[in-house]
Amino acid sequence: MPRGLAGRAWDMLGLLLVLSSLIWPAVIDPETGTGLRLFASTAATFAALILLVSLLTRNLASPVAPAAAILGVIAGAAAPLILLRLTGPGSAAFGLWVYVAGLTILIWRAMGVLSTLIDRDIVRRILVASVFGVAFVWYWQVITIGFAVPSILLPPPSMIWDRMVADVHLLWGDFRLTFFEAVLTGFTIGSLSGFLFAVVVERYPFLARGLIPLGSAFSAIPIIAVAPIMIIWFGFGSSSKAAVITLMTFFPMLVNALAGLRSADRMELDLMRSYGAGYPTRFFKLMLPAALPFVFNALKINSTLAMIGAIVAEFFGTPLAGMGFRISASIGRLQLDMVWATIAVAALSGSLFYGCITLLERRLTFWHPSLRT
Amino acid sequence: MTTAAVAGAPVARAIPRTPSRLASILTVLFGLVVIWYVAALPMNAGQLTRQYARIDPDRTFTFNEKLFATWTVRRPMLPTPDMILGDFWKTSTGAPITSKRNLMFHVGVTALATTTGFLAGALLGIALAIGIVHLRTLDASLMPWLIASQTVPILAIAPMLLAVLGALSVSSLVAKAAISMYLCFFPVTVSMVKGLRSPDRLSLDLMRTYSATQAQLFVKLRWPASIPFLFASLKVAIALGLVGAMVAELSTGGQAGLGGRLLNASYNGDMLHMWTALVTSSILAIVLVAAVSRIERLVLTGMGSRPPDQNA
Amino acid sequence: MPEPVQAISRPAATAAPATPVIEAADLSLTFQTADSPVYALSNINLTINQGDFVSLIGPSGCGKTTLLRVIADLEQPTGGNMTVLGEPPDVARQRRAYGYVFQAPALYAWRTVERNVMLPLEIMGMSRAERAERAQRYLAMVNLAGFERKYPWQLSGGMQQRVSIARALSFEPGLLLMDEPFGALDEITRDHLNEQLLRLWGRTGKTIVFVTHSIPEAVFLSSRIVVMSPRPGRIQAEIDCSALPPDRDLDVRETSDFIEIAHEVRQALRDGHSYDED
Repeated sequence: MPRGLAGRAWDMLGLLLVLSSLIWPAVIDPETGTGLRLFASTAATFAALILLVSLLTRNLASPVAPAAAILGVIAGAAAPLILLRLTGPGSAAFGLWVYVAGLTILIWRAMGVLSTLIDRDIVRRILVASVFGVAFVWYWQVITIGFAVPSILLPPPSMIWDRMVADVHLLWGDFRLTFFEAVLTGFTIGSLSGFLFAVVVERYPFLARGLIPLGSAFSAIPIIAVAPIMIIWFGFGSSSKAAVITLMTFFPMLVNALAGLRSADRMELDLMRSYGAGYPTRFFKLMLPAALPFVFNALKINSTLAMIGAIVAEFFGTPLAGMGFRISASIGRLQLDMVWATIAVAALSGSLFYGCITLLERRLTFWHPSLRT
Repeated sequence: MTTAAVAGAPVARAIPRTPSRLASILTVLFGLVVIWYVAALPMNAGQLTRQYARIDPDRTFTFNEKLFATWTVRRPMLPTPDMILGDFWKTSTGAPITSKRNLMFHVGVTALATTTGFLAGALLGIALAIGIVHLRTLDASLMPWLIASQTVPILAIAPMLLAVLGALSVSSLVAKAAISMYLCFFPVTVSMVKGLRSPDRLSLDLMRTYSATQAQLFVKLRWPASIPFLFASLKVAIALGLVGAMVAELSTGGQAGLGGRLLNASYNGDMLHMWTALVTSSILAIVLVAAVSRIERLVLTGMGSRPPDQNA
Repeated sequence: MPEPVQAISRPAATAAPATPVIEAADLSLTFQTADSPVYALSNINLTINQGDFVSLIGPSGCGKTTLLRVIADLEQPTGGNMTVLGEPPDVARQRRAYGYVFQAPALYAWRTVERNVMLPLEIMGMSRAERAERAQRYLAMVNLAGFERKYPWQLSGGMQQRVSIARALSFEPGLLLMDEPFGALDEITRDHLNEQLLRLWGRTGKTIVFVTHSIPEAVFLSSRIVVMSPRPGRIQAEIDCSALPPDRDLDVRETSDFIEIAHEVRQALRDGHSYDED
């Protein structure tokens, strides 16, 4: 098995790098100028665990191997974090980066082993993806602290986390204002009116034929640029934000719903006709179910558009709260940790919003080929 | 029976070849313009009343006097299409093309940022898709985060990203293009992953019977099979790229570009200029998408694909 | 009832002593699925000689396609032994020992007819001139001269399948593996292509392994018919067709020899419970 051999070679290279990092000082104390090597004990524990893994990977069925790999990587990843916390930002030296390079190879290998080890697809995906996510944050932390990146450019995750904990009430208030008053309102009005309009237009094929190409052209338009106009029309309150979102979400829903309502094929429609079914029957029994996958596609697009619309709209007006306001105000005060904390909230709520719609989609359109595995 | 027959009628007559699609498009467009003019009446009435009040506070105006004046009022709330066209013509011919007063100068600035970001984003998207299709580990680890990355309202980061890149003294073109790129790459990646995986079992087995190498499999099968997917996503991507460039311009405080022009007009409360900028950006969007479509047509025809069905 | 006969006679086309091209000994293949193992092939013993036209026939799920795919190294057996031209299947595949024709034409839509035929030649690194010459020769052989610059969608289903045969012939393998190549075509086109294939076989003397589920097709084409049965996939009988003349035309179907062999095949299928309800 040449692939397995190549993998083992990578294991060895990673291990070698991790061990050889002990030759050079990992951090240099900025005050005394003396070098400090990585705690030998941590490295030794880690090395032992990794060795164990590379031996165990011959027996892939064993659950000990992934457990040891995870423990080893966690122990190994914690070492530089502890070290940097002790000596402070910017103290990282050559040894640390050799160590990080070695660990990178080992993390990659661990993800590879994990992705072949566990049969249950969903579990494997979540596990591997979480390893990747945690690794991403880890690099962010090590690099920003190790190189003493100014927090104006990129604050370390720990600093963002501290800010989130300290200002949880402020962040919650912003979120409530932006999400519940603007996003949900605009999203609902825009999606609903887009859908209803599509239902009406579908009855007139002549109009539908003209609207489909026009609708696609309109969806290319940067509608977000209407935000300043909406603020002049509707004032600085939530209604102008909701109006921007309504406009942004209307066309994707119109185009998708129209395509969905027309997606039932000739044979299915002929079947309905052979039963002598009237429009309501035809609509509820055939057209609506056929349109659902398209409608959900639009809802997913709209969920991201709605978040973007609300935040961008808040850049312009001068409300005193809201996530967009918080971002632009904090940039003005160079409070980058607050900016990132707000972005983290936005990202989290955006993902949750998207996730909820996906869950609903799975419940309602489970029969669609794209959801069958 | 009769109701069923009537209800079924539009289906039975579905998609006759005539009247043509163009007629439908023109009808819908005409309808939109009519609605626009009608909407301008109430929207501009208030402004008109204030304008009249300044001229002669005592006189009251008849309905008829007010009716058509709303379509010519100065500083309207909703400018009519003819006002916008007039402003468009005036601002794009009134000054030399290199001047900041010329609308076309700003179109050029925005288009440059959009296409730069678009090209970079497309390349990044393709590279990521190739990695995801070929490396199992990358597929399992990166793909879910890519999806999550787009649920992040990325435009929220725009002003900060610009501040950061500005602090690193990166030119504003690069900064704007970076935001465009971030928006562009995702649809390309998703579509290309699908496209590179689109060859069916038989086509793959065929390559296996020839003992083709991975590189040959890619060049002779996966890549050509993914081209239709690529162009479908490029059309979405370039529209997103324009959104990214404009939002970047809006959040830099409006030095140049259509976004900047929009922002300056909004500071002055100048609706007409705002609408002109908006309409111009819409035209730019449609032109950019049409350009990609044109290239798509050329490439796909060159690859021998069946000409598009007229009915579709 | 006639017992399965080991092929005693040689195909009429060749007079030389038989050299085995494909030999399977106790071959079996079990797919592990979520609930229970599926025995796709069980104890297959089969020898196919140089110049044979062997049809594998049987109902769906009898493993005839799987057997063909094992020969082509598209599936790996879980037991027994298989050699193709005296080598393991993967070595034979890497030496490009066979041409494979699939159920569908599997033409690449972005390549012209000519460049589809050239595809294996490009992969095998043949010169441009050689590629052009071969494409022209083999397209002429399947009666498609003049269609070189067309794209697949401009051709009928039967013509597309002929292109895929030309593609399999173009690198001149001694062995042709055909997996229900005419299954998706209408019967009139299929008859016509059967005649053409038979003539092509007579002219080139290639060894052909042909999967089908049509009894008349199998009898009409083959020098030997291998009848397979499902659950587990196994060889039920081998039936010799050398009673029929080597240069057959469609009229041979009305002869008593033809009807006799067809009856034998049907009987073997019945013995293998192929007509039972599931």
